[in-house]
Amino acid sequence: MAKEPARASNGSRAGINDDIGEKMRLTMYRMQVEIRESEQRAFDLFLQNLVKGTSHLSLGQEAVATGFAAAMKPGDLSFCTYRGHAHTLARGVPIEKVLGELMQRDNGLMRGKGGSMHLTSVEHGVMGSYAIIGAHLPIACGAALRAQYRGDSDVTVCFFGDGTTNIGAFHEALNFAAVWKLPVIFVCENNLYMEYTPIGDVTAVEHPAADRASAYGLERIIVDGNDADAVYRAAITAYDKARGGGGPSLIECMTYRHSGHSRADPAKYRPDGELEKWKERDPIKLYRERLKQFGIADDVIAGIDADVMRRVNEATEACKAAPPPSLDLLTTDVYADGGFAWRN
Amino acid sequence: MAELTYRDAVARGIAQEMERDPDVIFFGEDVAKPGGVFKATVGLYEQFGGRRVRDCPISEQAILGAAMGAAMTGLKPIAEIMFSDFLAVCFDYIANEFPKSRYMSNGQLKCPLVVRTGNGAGSRFGAQHSQSVENWAMMIPGLKVVAPSTPRDVIGLMAAAVRDPDPVIFFEHKSLYATKGEVPDGEIVDQLGSAKIVRPGKDATILALALMVPRALAAADKLKAEHGIDCEVVDVRSLVPLDTQTILGSVARTHRLFTVEENPRLCGWGAEIVSIVADEAFYDLDGPPVRITTPHIPLPAADILEDIALPTADRIVERVHRSMQ
Repeated sequence: MAKEPARASNGSRAGINDDIGEKMRLTMYRMQVEIRESEQRAFDLFLQNLVKGTSHLSLGQEAVATGFAAAMKPGDLSFCTYRGHAHTLARGVPIEKVLGELMQRDNGLMRGKGGSMHLTSVEHGVMGSYAIIGAHLPIACGAALRAQYRGDSDVTVCFFGDGTTNIGAFHEALNFAAVWKLPVIFVCENNLYMEYTPIGDVTAVEHPAADRASAYGLERIIVDGNDADAVYRAAITAYDKARGGGGPSLIECMTYRHSGHSRADPAKYRPDGELEKWKERDPIKLYRERLKQFGIADDVIAGIDADVMRRVNEATEACKAAPPPSLDLLTTDVYADGGFAWRN
Repeated sequence: MAELTYRDAVARGIAQEMERDPDVIFFGEDVAKPGGVFKATVGLYEQFGGRRVRDCPISEQAILGAAMGAAMTGLKPIAEIMFSDFLAVCFDYIANEFPKSRYMSNGQLKCPLVVRTGNGAGSRFGAQHSQSVENWAMMIPGLKVVAPSTPRDVIGLMAAAVRDPDPVIFFEHKSLYATKGEVPDGEIVDQLGSAKIVRPGKDATILALALMVPRALAAADKLKAEHGIDCEVVDVRSLVPLDTQTILGSVARTHRLFTVEENPRLCGWGAEIVSIVADEAFYDLDGPPVRITTPHIPLPAADILEDIALPTADRIVERVHRSMQ
């Protein structure tokens, strides 16, 4: 990958002057810890019956959201799935807004109208979290079509799971984006399970996304999704290609979710030892070691950990104190006039 | 003023909006270079070029999804789904994505787009290329739904749909494409949610939509000539928003209500209107409201079967006359 001097020297100091640099590494470490602790807190709040409905956690998958978000520019757009807390937080959406939505409080990102599966923050470039498998891949194409049509420089990034690669919209969107060379990046988070079923049991190829890339004239790209640096580098390459008019990329990130598919799933279908094996490659554990290799002091790391915990605690308390949504929200924003009138 | 076909009115309506607003783009299957399988979009590619008028792969989900993504980030797309029956293969966008994004995001996301689609029977295409499915769209909160019956209304309602900030499903009737009508010169802009009294009358109100409007008008002429029954015919035009004031006003004058619906009977649009009238104008009525519909069947291909499936002018005359005796 071509290294840009500005990026290579960004925050670097002697001894760790590689393409990523200390400042970006500390940013990515903080981001991963923030996602981990926020989601762990969401799980704890669920057990206290303070998070309602369902939620789908990215515990163990933090490096994917982090690497891609860290490489984005302001104005770039993210399209997420129902497993979208990580991607939303990674764009800078405050923890309180996310937890508030999960707790269905008035301080939530959508004031409780969307819930865990539909996190949206347009001001942060989070153009929605989509809970119908595959639906957002074509929508991301449309956002990229707008950028191409207007000559805007933003890139659209669309995240989805391995299960999505077997639905029609995935294939329609890949072809559509490739034919028109749209500035869109499709990111498959392959966590090995579509929901409860191993993806390999129901897919004709070993790599559900990457092995289909050639059907759309795209490069076969597989990335270590537990290594934020590897994800970041793949993201930079794909963004540069898209911004340069080179069209879409399809990137398969190999990762693993530490929890079940959703709150209802204890994940008993896993073979013995699989989770333990992947936890040895926990992205946050790996990244802490990486920071140490590059000479970051223990107290700097501990300081980030403590600061994140403080912010998660503050957000939790703010959400617990927040009121439920006001009842008038029931009928607002069905139509653009703000209301729900369908007749005169 | 010039005479124009309904099919040519589609192209003129789209062109009017594309000339006005560079954010309007148009795409679908075979719509650009071929000019549409119904030849309703001839000339748009030549006039506006391949960046704004595009031929798509046979990928209905990609077409509607891309329209949504373009709309939510600032464009005003018009997307074509060739036959309205095909809305079933991309119904996620119609049912789950377009109409719910604004609500779920607490007003952050917008979805100003138009889906044009060829609706209705009469071409002997059989059960999967002939349906009237406007009621599929009508039942979904967050959508707007229109179905013009004349060339003038095609242009005016197209302009209203493109300029509307909400997702609009625009049902064009395939059996009306060849029909002609007078169209004024210059820009035509209508408004959504307005029904039109197309034939005043004092004895009964007949509500109709799209292809059923000319049939209701023909029936009204016969009812007057043969039975002395003076019917008011209302072209509903817009199912959402629904112009209940015009409908209730007409019923208050005539005291009788008939609906003429091409959709199959169960949960057709007339059922909702009859329920509104029963609820709000019961004491205006001198007799039970009557729905004249296609039966609860898939549509047959054979011409003699398709012809008796849909409400005809004769069936309307017979049913109204029987009820008014």
